[in-house]
Amino acid sequence: MTVGVASHPHLAAPAERVLMKGNEAIGEAAIQAGCDAYFGYPITPQAELLEWMARRMPELGRTFIQAESELAAINMALGASAAGARVLVSSSSPGMSLMAEAMSYMAGSEVPVLLVNVMRGGPGLGSIGPAQGDYFQATKGHGHGDYRVPVLAPASIAEAISLVADGFELAERYRTPVILLADGILGQAMEPVDGRFRTLPPRSDDWSLSGADGRAPRVVRSLHLRPEDLEAHNEHLQAKFREIADHEVRWVGEQLDDAELAIVAYGTAARVARTAIARAREVGLRVGLVRPVSLWPFPSAALERLAPNVRGFLVVELSAGQLVEDVRLAVEGRAPVFFHGRTGGMVPSPGEVLDALRRAYSLTAARSPDDALPDEADPVGLIEAAEWRRFLAGCRHVDRSDGSET
Amino acid sequence: MSPSGTTPTGTAVAAAPAAARIVYRRPATLSDVSTHYCPGCGHGIIHRLLAEVLDELGLAGRTIAVAPVGCAVFAYDYLRLDFVEAPHGRAPAVATGIRRVRPDAFVLAYQGDGDLAAIGTAEIVHAASRGEAITDIFVNNGIYGMTGGQMAPTTLLGQRTTSTPTGRDARLAGYPLPITEMLALLPGVAYAARGSIADPGRIGKTKAMIRRACEVQAEGRGFAIVEVLSTCPVGWGMTPREAATYLADVVPATYPTGVILDRGKTASAARADR
Repeated sequence: MTVGVASHPHLAAPAERVLMKGNEAIGEAAIQAGCDAYFGYPITPQAELLEWMARRMPELGRTFIQAESELAAINMALGASAAGARVLVSSSSPGMSLMAEAMSYMAGSEVPVLLVNVMRGGPGLGSIGPAQGDYFQATKGHGHGDYRVPVLAPASIAEAISLVADGFELAERYRTPVILLADGILGQAMEPVDGRFRTLPPRSDDWSLSGADGRAPRVVRSLHLRPEDLEAHNEHLQAKFREIADHEVRWVGEQLDDAELAIVAYGTAARVARTAIARAREVGLRVGLVRPVSLWPFPSAALERLAPNVRGFLVVELSAGQLVEDVRLAVEGRAPVFFHGRTGGMVPSPGEVLDALRRAYSLTAARSPDDALPDEADPVGLIEAAEWRRFLAGCRHVDRSDGSET
Repeated sequence: MSPSGTTPTGTAVAAAPAAARIVYRRPATLSDVSTHYCPGCGHGIIHRLLAEVLDELGLAGRTIAVAPVGCAVFAYDYLRLDFVEAPHGRAPAVATGIRRVRPDAFVLAYQGDGDLAAIGTAEIVHAASRGEAITDIFVNNGIYGMTGGQMAPTTLLGQRTTSTPTGRDARLAGYPLPITEMLALLPGVAYAARGSIADPGRIGKTKAMIRRACEVQAEGRGFAIVEVLSTCPVGWGMTPREAATYLADVVPATYPTGVILDRGKTASAARADR
């Protein structure tokens, strides 16, 4: 544990650079942002966040509960937030699956919460290594029904600290759950941070529950049994999601001005990509980086604008390919979108990504599918020549085995 | 009054009418609307008891209540209180979150038997075990009413439901769950009782239990639960009158009524209450 850092409860004041573990930095950032209550359950690789809150919240007179399950933790958060508190919940992948039910209720009844997922390998019990296999779950999934929640993905511990305060603001401004999507490396690694944590004004609203003394009773609900009522409620929610999509897109571009190829990656994968890009530029490959910070709303427009200016995109993930689907939806066939990913807690090395870049260069230099490198020449096995064939075929789907169109 | 109308009372009324005196009125916390509950359902009676107690104790204005999943989710249409809906079975966890961030609030959970004793067993056990200062009204009608009358964990042995068409068989579906007695074993539980709405006498005793369960929270003693045995004529396949008779005569053999635990009293006094 990075003892001594936030045991000084005045980190909001400018301090010298300090070394903090990601999980603990996220917890302290929430505390400094004015988090009133934390609910969690032990799970690797986020347990240090729960432990940090177990020590810090009671000494500040704030609420900490180690719940009997992730189910209970997120429902405690529902109650506390409905009663007006600023609430943080954290977990890792299997625990997030258990929270899916209440996520839907909170989205439906418009109850804000900041939820940290320190992703690990899956599916099932999977592994405790870092992974990004919960992208679909975070951006399109969790519970039932028509809803979205903002998803913020830090690529460093310093960025995680700033996104915690931003996440609370988004949650409260739009009355919605917000997910901070980290992974086992960001949770476990230690990095220097400058000790400046943002403090938010206390939460205030005109809908939360305090007892109906002197005013009409308030009900926080997601049940609307009349179809007309539920459709009207859904239209209200969709209007809110459109407003979020219009105003809250975040992404960072690096070295894109002269880029012939652009890597698209978030979180830890973006860190690896950055190193690979530096090496690629040393050998004359002009490569840039598009790093989505908000995974929903997704920076589709940025990728769409970039597509005509590059020979192709390479998506790098710690998954079997999830972000890549959103990139392809954004690019809509204007450029080939290649993919390289590792799973199970394995992290792609910069050398691997450099090899993938070389292969993408080779493929995009080819004039026909026959000129492209055969699949066996792919040193990693995850860059698909099929994607290049599809692109050359004008987005018509070409069967990999015999080249016939389907 | 006798048929002739010549009893002393009748004569007195005819001679000099006394000023009208209201002896029974709708509690302020109970909304002036008809409920959606079926004829013979017990929820309306239990809502009223709750409203009376909250008004008598002056708690309604600082109450934050948690609505369950089931027929009683619409409790917020009938009780003029701040309410939040919980996912199925999670009311004790939702109430815990409220409790911890609103120390001055009166926190109330209202749950059915499918909600509390099946899908929500973990949440009720751990809220009780932590000794959360919450009052939980647990309505046990032995059936899933809203979904069409399926077996609940509390369904009596031999009782027919749409998912036990030949009657609940312990070999296949286990035994009725005495969850209130189970909760009374926990040190965090300050008060546990089981009442019934079978007849006016038992309704009066149940109101006293609800009142005590609210006082226990106000005294900061810990978790309080009142199980209220109730009716579901439609789910039971009975008329309201038959259901009331069944509740009075059959159900208590499995679920005896009385105060199970009151840590605010001596053990002997609690026993005497039974």
